[in-house]
Amino acid sequence: MVPLSYYLVLSGILFACGVTGFLIKRNIITIFMSIELMLNGVNLSFVAFAAKWQQLSGHVFVFFVMVVAAAEAAVGLAIIISVFRTRETLNIDQVNLLKL
Amino acid sequence: MLHLILFSVFGIICVAGAVNLLAQRHPINSALSLVVVMGSLAVEYLLLGAEFVAAVQVIVYAGAIMVLFVFVIMLLNAGEEEQTKGSHVAWLLGIPGMIALTVIVCWAVLHTQSAKVALNVNPGASKAFGNAPDIAWLLFHQFLLPFELTSILVLIAIMGAVVLAARPDSAEQSRGEG
Repeated sequence: MVPLSYYLVLSGILFACGVTGFLIKRNIITIFMSIELMLNGVNLSFVAFAAKWQQLSGHVFVFFVMVVAAAEAAVGLAIIISVFRTRETLNIDQVNLLKL
Repeated sequence: MLHLILFSVFGIICVAGAVNLLAQRHPINSALSLVVVMGSLAVEYLLLGAEFVAAVQVIVYAGAIMVLFVFVIMLLNAGEEEQTKGSHVAWLLGIPGMIALTVIVCWAVLHTQSAKVALNVNPGASKAFGNAPDIAWLLFHQFLLPFELTSILVLIAIMGAVVLAARPDSAEQSRGEG
């Protein structure tokens, strides 16, 4: 049987990989994928705690996180398409209209 | 023992996929390694007895969301990303900071007494802990209001995606016709 802490460590590593990708990547689509990676890391800890306390609410929360992630992916990718139409680039350093 | 072996194998695949996502320059390679991460996470959910969540993970995440990503990458013909001055600062500060944070979190979790207890998934039970009927009962009783709210959220997201992704000139054209 696997201890709870192993699952939490795996979830923490996945979340850290997501944050690192968010910081170092310059392609807007890859940054979006890093956010999905962070959501997956959090989902794993939800399921692990659900198994620890034998509470099904953890699974329901994972379900809600997935619904929100799907909605977010649809809207976010639509925003990426419209950014690409107006700026002709996917590099976030060139999307700098709000910079001083 | 079998649980631990399966957990280790798929955990290593999962972390390797996540690191590969960071290492690849081309977005399509990153997207495919994210599919690997999500597939191996589905196996981890099965090990925790979460059948329903594992199935939804494969269908919604590895299926629907990643198809959307790959579709947009191909639609925009995304090439290799270029490095700029700002990203070198992010490399120098981001990677050591995240490694330090991960080590601290792992150390704290591994030294917590209550987290050392092995999870009891009882595979011998007649039905799994996370089976679909139990979750459906919970969704339609205790979580009915949030569940209905997510349907409104998805409806708004569909309309928002259509409005944002529509070509500006075609939108004006249809407005002029209507």
